[in-house]
Amino acid sequence: MLGYAGRILRVDLTSGKIETEPLNEELAKKYIGGIGLGMRLFLDNSKPGTDPFSPDNPLIVATGPLSGTMIPTGGNGHAFVSKSPASFGIGEAKSHGTFGTEMKRAGYDAIIITGKAEKPVYLWIDDDAVHIMDAQHLWGKSSAETEDTLQKELGDFYIRVASIGPAGENLVRVACILNEKTRAAGRCGLGAVMGSKKLKAIAIRGTKDVQVAKMDELKDFIKVIHERMKGPAARKYRTLGTPENVLVLNALGALPVNNFTYATFKNADKISGEYLNERFVAKIIGCNSCAMRCEHTVVVPEGQFKGTMTRMEYESLWALGPNCGVDRLDVISKAMDLCNQYGMDSISAGGIVGFAMDLYEHGILTSEDVGGLDLRFGNYEAELELLKKIAYREGIGDVLADGVRMAAEKIGKGAEKYANHIKGVEMTGYDIRGLKTAALGYAVSFRGADHNRHGAYAPDVKGSVDRFKAEKGRGKLVREIEDMYTVIDSLIVCKFSRGTYYDGFKDLAKYYVLATGVEMSPQELMLAGERINNLGRLINIREGLSRKDDSLPYKIMHVPIPDEGVSKGAHVTQEELDLLLDDYYEVRGWTSDGVPTLEKLKELGMEDLADIVEGK
Amino acid sequence: MSKKISPVKRKFVSADPDKCVGCGVCEYACSSDKEKVYNPIKSRIRVVRLNPLVNMSITCRLCEDPACVAACPRDALKQSEEDGTILIDEEKCNGCGWCIEACDYGAVALHPEKKVVFICDLCKGKEKQQCIAWCPEEALDLETSETLAQKARVAAVKKLFQEAMTPAKEEKK
Repeated sequence: MLGYAGRILRVDLTSGKIETEPLNEELAKKYIGGIGLGMRLFLDNSKPGTDPFSPDNPLIVATGPLSGTMIPTGGNGHAFVSKSPASFGIGEAKSHGTFGTEMKRAGYDAIIITGKAEKPVYLWIDDDAVHIMDAQHLWGKSSAETEDTLQKELGDFYIRVASIGPAGENLVRVACILNEKTRAAGRCGLGAVMGSKKLKAIAIRGTKDVQVAKMDELKDFIKVIHERMKGPAARKYRTLGTPENVLVLNALGALPVNNFTYATFKNADKISGEYLNERFVAKIIGCNSCAMRCEHTVVVPEGQFKGTMTRMEYESLWALGPNCGVDRLDVISKAMDLCNQYGMDSISAGGIVGFAMDLYEHGILTSEDVGGLDLRFGNYEAELELLKKIAYREGIGDVLADGVRMAAEKIGKGAEKYANHIKGVEMTGYDIRGLKTAALGYAVSFRGADHNRHGAYAPDVKGSVDRFKAEKGRGKLVREIEDMYTVIDSLIVCKFSRGTYYDGFKDLAKYYVLATGVEMSPQELMLAGERINNLGRLINIREGLSRKDDSLPYKIMHVPIPDEGVSKGAHVTQEELDLLLDDYYEVRGWTSDGVPTLEKLKELGMEDLADIVEGK
Repeated sequence: MSKKISPVKRKFVSADPDKCVGCGVCEYACSSDKEKVYNPIKSRIRVVRLNPLVNMSITCRLCEDPACVAACPRDALKQSEEDGTILIDEEKCNGCGWCIEACDYGAVALHPEKKVVFICDLCKGKEKQQCIAWCPEEALDLETSETLAQKARVAAVKKLFQEAMTPAKEEKK
């Protein structure tokens, strides 16, 4: 079984025990790698109801069978998996760059980290030699500083580091895990899980060969994909990048503004992808093995924040910008940079700031509550200050650091009506009141509010369906994209490359076969995608989540879009949501409570997990 | 003697730092072609990313009077008169690494298993250098010291007269 490293590393931080075990090949073929393999390892190595911050909650990092190869975007990803301290269900987040590449060359498909260290430590993986090292001198540092320090201390420029910042140390439930300074495994608060283990960083050096089954044929196919990546399928990422979405969504009345108060932004031009590229983008760089390049590196050209350098994508731009009423790209860049310094998911962090501003505007949070900050929408100084308070749990930041769901419970006074989250994970930048296929995708996403579990905004935005209508058939649409997306996240290839797989599962299966030498038909791979979606569901069921959690934020369901224009009046009623869920559960082969049936599990070869659904 | 190329006309692989994005495809192209594996430490060209804006691949520059050749205590290295590449006698090389230390560009590396050094040979016998053929950004090309100097001059003058070169952009402000 080439492609895979064939080995799993186990580290227990309580006992200091370090051991390796062979990769179970049957499991590898069934769950591919990345989030699929990671979630399966999570399930097998955890007990139901474990607190996310308990030493018993395993933190898993997994590469895929393509990691470390020349496959464009396929060579470079890694996935973190654990129980999410935000959703209390399955948490998973991917990141790209070079860390996953290095991990594969060090010879590991997955690392399972359990226990909790007494004092801050970091993990130093130098091929086969694995050490738990003192990290007291790194505690409090940003991920960028940590990476620089470790490369210097360990004496190798090519060592790759994934680490947490102060937010992860302070158990902020939206903390992320960063590698190469600007690349984040962002969602689900997994940085806080790492912090709870007192694990500051994983430093890794891999010098082993990565071998594939059919090198020449693989290179021929890679050449084909390289050519496609120069074409229309990757145009967006090579030109304006994801910030192109600003004007597109604004025109559709689907750009959430002021914590989902409005769906259009009067100053959209000032924060558009066009304006960003014209004035701020200094260079577009690429991850390891990629032939597309998408990473828009911005440098603020003038003013108070001149010289601030960071990566910029639509979601962060949206969360820290229009969602907080902020219309200045220099501020948004600075806020993004601060999120990286503190180690916070910029989407959720912006979601929390917008939430706090909304509460302040409605008198639910007073000036006294927030330490005298003027939290009106658009006050950028207050935004930057609040981000710091959240990261360090200072004052109101201590309450907000638990995410909008838990903060709303603590604040009371109807605050939950302003808390835009699904399953405790903050919303992302699509106003799904007028994107009803996407609304279903968001509701059923196993990692909470997210556009990247389903991409179901695509049919809505492209206009291939009536986006204001909830109707039968949307379940099938969501299911199909979901099954593709779980395969993408398990192989791992980059979502931005999805358009270059003209033949869908056939292309992806070809990658798998040429790299591993293991037979895999497109149908089998599609089935694996379905299996992994069921696996996510099963873990959530084991942790007590059910149909009631496949819900949407209060505003999405009860406050129609007020803006004049195409989207005016749009929202998702309970009746519509029920119709969508029933349709989706049916095409998934689940019960009306959203529980996979025994027949479905048998069909997917998951009988071994039948006990989770028994009696449900 | 007819085949001998003057030092200023020697062509070597050079990266345009404005185009290079640090993706490392060149490393994979090289190691997979030469060693049949994917492994950057077995590549004859290496990527350096100092920060997101500063990316560059580096390989052998085919120097005149190469320091690596002079440094070798075993006379294992010599420079090809034909194209300027460094020829390695793997029988003589014992992997001491003096040439690695001597090279100003970090273009010499020690093979982890064979324990002898390796250096870019311009993919001798192939139609095109594999790193150049695969670079998705077309950032790599064969250059001579002459062509590089010419590019540097043009870039320097452009920079000096930046405002005159971009009148349209100035007006927009």
